[in-house]
Amino acid sequence: MTKNKDGISVNLVSRQKLDEFSSAEKLEFILKEVQKGKVLVLEHGLTPIEQTELIAHTMKEIKQDTFIGIEIEGYGEDKPSIIQKILGVIKKPRMTVIGPADLLKTVRKDSNMIQTRIIPGKGS
Amino acid sequence: MGLFGKTSFAFILHRIFGKKHAKIGIYGPPNVGKTTLANRILRDWTGDIMGSVSEIPHETRIAKWKKDVKVENGNSSLYMDIVDTPGIATKVDYKEFVNTFGLSKDESKQRAKEATEGVIESIRWLEDVDGVLLVMDATQDPFTQVNVTILGNLEARKLPVLIAANKIDMEDSSPATLKSAFPQHPVIPISALTGYNSENLYTKMVEHFGKKRRKKRR
Repeated sequence: MTKNKDGISVNLVSRQKLDEFSSAEKLEFILKEVQKGKVLVLEHGLTPIEQTELIAHTMKEIKQDTFIGIEIEGYGEDKPSIIQKILGVIKKPRMTVIGPADLLKTVRKDSNMIQTRIIPGKGS
Repeated sequence: MGLFGKTSFAFILHRIFGKKHAKIGIYGPPNVGKTTLANRILRDWTGDIMGSVSEIPHETRIAKWKKDVKVENGNSSLYMDIVDTPGIATKVDYKEFVNTFGLSKDESKQRAKEATEGVIESIRWLEDVDGVLLVMDATQDPFTQVNVTILGNLEARKLPVLIAANKIDMEDSSPATLKSAFPQHPVIPISALTGYNSENLYTKMVEHFGKKRRKKRR
């Protein structure tokens, strides 16, 4: 990834925007943006199956000197209560942050906070 | 004591309701000891080994498997096809092999290329296993995205999983942290290197993977 003096884009992507996509479109969108050097914060994260697919797609896209993969951190799916289950509420993946692995580093994660660091001088 | 002793009753139940054969994938991030554990299992039950181990990540870059490994637990037993999968990672940087482990640039690039293919192969194997032995490094933070993603994936597929909290021979290991991190799954503290607690692991493997379940296919 080339050095970008204009700063690094951190895009917050709404649940509505993500809901417009099919799973395949969502993964394509994420990977394209991340390959451009952007950090994405998804309001509505990926399901575990989608995350696994994203990892597989990422491996296919790795270019050894320009794109080494992704850093991804998020919280698991909300667990619906018994009443929500009866009402047909489905499990929803929660907030997720994704960026290029040479740009975004996870410092710490616990049940309340994901702490990341953006390495300056890279990305777009 | 009734007509059947406790053991023979369990044996009869297993004969009626239990599975005879299961394909078990050994999964986890790179360098947690998957191949060391595969070697331990094979050495204990077949006298063979699965593959080479190394401190350099992504030593296993092609899935290897051994068919019909008979693991016994008292009166019951289970034949397992043991699949040792390449480590799953979200990134592979050849420079890490050069800078940290002193490999040549060409060797590192080749290793990185094969590692990416290995990750894809591991993910493909998820479609084809009946259960997973998920290996985690008990000296490391268990809340990595790879661990969480693999576990979430297995839960979505309704695949039985046993977590092997490996490297408990190390001074800074904390299997209790792993147990509290994933209370919904059985966690077995082991040292694949020394064999410590491997008997307990085998008992759990036969019990857990021997149950008949309906698998959800994607």
